[in-house]
Amino acid sequence: MIWDSIFAPFADFGFMRRALLGCVAIALGSTPVGVFLMLRRMSLTGDAMAHAILPGAAVGFLISGLSLGAMTIGGLIAGMVVAVASGVVARVTTLKEDASLAAFYLISLALGVLIVSTRGSNVDLMHVLFGTVLALDNDALTLLCGIASLSLITLAVIFRPLVLECADPQFLRSVSKLSAVTHFVFLALVVMNLVAGFHALGTLMAVGIMILPAAAARFWTRGIGGLLIAAVVVAIVSSVAGLLLSYHYSLPSGPAIILVAGVLYALSVCFGPAGGLISQALPRRHFET
Amino acid sequence: MPSRRALLKSATALAAASLLSPSAAWADEPVPVVATFSIIGDMVARIGGDHVALTTLVGPNGDPHVYQPTPQAAAAVAGAQVLFLNGLEFEGWLERLVEAASFGGDMVVTTQGVEAIAFGDGEGHDDHEDHGDHGHDDHDDHDDHDDHDDHDDHGDHDDHGHEEHDDHGHDDETHAADKDHDDHDHGDAHAEEHGHEEDGHEEHGHDDHGDEHAAHDDHDDHDDHSDHGDHAGHDHGAFDPHAWQSITNALIYVDNITAGLAKAAPAHAGDFYAARADYVAELEALKSDVDAMMAAIPAGKRTIVTSHDAFGYLGAEYGLTFAAPQGISTESEASAADVAALITQIREDNIAAVFFEATTDTRLLQQIANETEAAVGGTLYTGALSGPDGPAATYVDMMRHNAMTLAEALGS
Repeated sequence: MIWDSIFAPFADFGFMRRALLGCVAIALGSTPVGVFLMLRRMSLTGDAMAHAILPGAAVGFLISGLSLGAMTIGGLIAGMVVAVASGVVARVTTLKEDASLAAFYLISLALGVLIVSTRGSNVDLMHVLFGTVLALDNDALTLLCGIASLSLITLAVIFRPLVLECADPQFLRSVSKLSAVTHFVFLALVVMNLVAGFHALGTLMAVGIMILPAAAARFWTRGIGGLLIAAVVVAIVSSVAGLLLSYHYSLPSGPAIILVAGVLYALSVCFGPAGGLISQALPRRHFET
Repeated sequence: MPSRRALLKSATALAAASLLSPSAAWADEPVPVVATFSIIGDMVARIGGDHVALTTLVGPNGDPHVYQPTPQAAAAVAGAQVLFLNGLEFEGWLERLVEAASFGGDMVVTTQGVEAIAFGDGEGHDDHEDHGDHGHDDHDDHDDHDDHDDHDDHGDHDDHGHEEHDDHGHDDETHAADKDHDDHDHGDAHAEEHGHEEDGHEEHGHDDHGDEHAAHDDHDDHDDHSDHGDHAGHDHGAFDPHAWQSITNALIYVDNITAGLAKAAPAHAGDFYAARADYVAELEALKSDVDAMMAAIPAGKRTIVTSHDAFGYLGAEYGLTFAAPQGISTESEASAADVAALITQIREDNIAAVFFEATTDTRLLQQIANETEAAVGGTLYTGALSGPDGPAATYVDMMRHNAMTLAEALGS
C-alpha cells in the first residue's frame, strides 16, 4: 500500500526520478537563498527578478530555439543586468533599492515583450517559458545540480558577512568593505537559482519554491541554521508530495508542488511554535530568571 | 462592405440576382479575403488565384490555438469581404476579433458538411479495453466509444455527399433537391449553402452558426465534452477541430471555399471552379498515394504517439491510433499521471515510434522516447504549414510529408 502509492511511481518511471532529482536540487539551491531574501525583507525581490529573467530567456529562445544554453545565458544576462543596474542606482543615487529594482525589471519585461512580439511568436512561448518538471533531460539536470552546488558553496563562503548584512547592514558597512561585494554576490545567487528553477518549474513557479518554504520555516524556528534546514525540508517534502499528487490525481506538476508548499505554509502560520497564530493566542509564559 | 450588406438585407431576390449576374464593382480588383490560418490560406490561394487579395491571420509555423490577434489582423478582417474559418471551435479568438473589427462580410465555415469526430473517438477504439487494464483511472476521454459505429455510417454517407458535390455549381437545383433527404444538421446547412436557395435568409443563419462555433473557446475540458459524444452534430464543443487531417474532408473544405469565393466574386466563378477542378484532381491523386502508404503499415504497428492530439481524422480514416500526452490542446500542461499512462501504454502495446509535432514543445516527448526506447519517428505537421522552404509548404506537401514520415517510421 505504502509502496504502491509512494515508492512505486519513482521506482517504475524514470521521469519521476528525474523530476524528483531536479526538485531536490532546486530545494537545496534556491530555498536557502529564499531564506536570506526573507531575512533581508526582500521576498518580493525574487518575484521582480523572475520577471526580469523572463524576457532574457525569451530572447534566447527566439535566437536559437529550445536550447538550454541560450535560454540560460539569456536569462542570466537579463537578470544580472537588472540586479547590477538597480543595485548601482540604489547605492549611488538617492533612489531606494526597491524603487530602482522595480524600475529596471519593468523596463526589462517591456523590452522582452516587445522583442517577442516583433519577432512573432512561433511556438506558444508561454508554454516554453513555463517549463515542465516532467521533461528534464540530462543537460537540464546537470545544469540544475551544478547551479545548486555552486549556490551552496558560495553561500558557505559569504555566510558570515551575509548574516551580518541581514542583521545590521550599517555595522557591516562600517567595519568591512565586503558589504557591496556580499550584496552583489547574493543578488547573483538569486538570479542564478531563478534561472535554474525556470527550467524545471517555469519562471513564476520558481519563485514559489524559493520563498514559500522559507516563509513556512520562519514559524518553526528562529535560529539561522534551523531556518535553513527547516526550509530545505519543507521544499523537499513539497516536491515529493506535489509529484505524487500529480501522479495519482492527474494534476499539472509545477502548480501541484507549489500548492503543497502553500498548504505547508498555511499550516505553519496556524500551528508554528515560533510566532504562529495558536502559539500567540496561548497565554505567554512569564520571564523567568 | 456596406453595399453588400444592403444587398443582403434588402431582398432575397436581389441577392439571388447578384449571384447570377456579374457585378461590375468587383470584376477587376482582387477580392479582399481573410483566412484564419495557413492551411485554409493555402487552399484559398489555390482556388482564388489572382482574383483574391488574401491575408492569413496565423501564418506558417504559428500555433492557431494560442494566437493573439494584432491590430493589422483586425484591419485585415475589417476590410475583408469573405472570412474563411475552420469552425468546430478551432479559432476561439475569432469571435472577439470579428466583433472588434466590426467585420461585415461573409463568414465561410470551411468545415460545413464535414462529419465531425467527437474528442476521443479518433484514438483507436480498439484499444479501449486495454486501457482499462492498466489500472489508471484517468482515461475519461476514452469512454465514449459506443457511438463509434454511428460515425462509420455517417462517414459513408459523407463520401456519398461528396460525390454529389462534384457536380456542384452547374446544376444547383437538382443538387439541392438531392440533398433534401438529409436529416442531419450539417448536411442541411451545407446543401442549402451550395444550392443557393433563399440566399438572403440562409446567409444570416450561416453567420449565426459561425458565431456559435467561436463562442465556445475552452478547448481544454475535453473530458466533459466526451460525455456529450452521443449528441454528435448538435453540441459543437465536443468535436476535434483538426478536420483537414483527412483528405476526404479537405475536398469539402475546397467546395466550401469555392462556393464562398464564387458568391463574393461571381464574375470570376468560372476561374474558381476551374482552379477547384485542378486542385481536386491533385488532392485525389494525393489521397491515393497516402492510401497506399497507410495501407502498407503493418497491423501491429498502428499505434503512434504524438505530442498533440490532432490526428483524430487521419486515425479514423486509416485505422491508426494516436496517443498524446497533452490531450487535445497545446494550452494544457501535462500531469505526471498522463505521462505515466502514456509510458505504460508505449511499453505494453509495443509502440514503435514517437512523433513530434511542429509548433509544440518537444522536450516532454523526447523524454518519453528516451524512457521507453521507442524510436523518434520525425516531425509531423498538424495545425500549421511550414515556411516556403520547409517540408510542408502547402497542404498537399504537408499531407504527403506526414504520410511519408509515418510510413517510413512504421513501415518496416
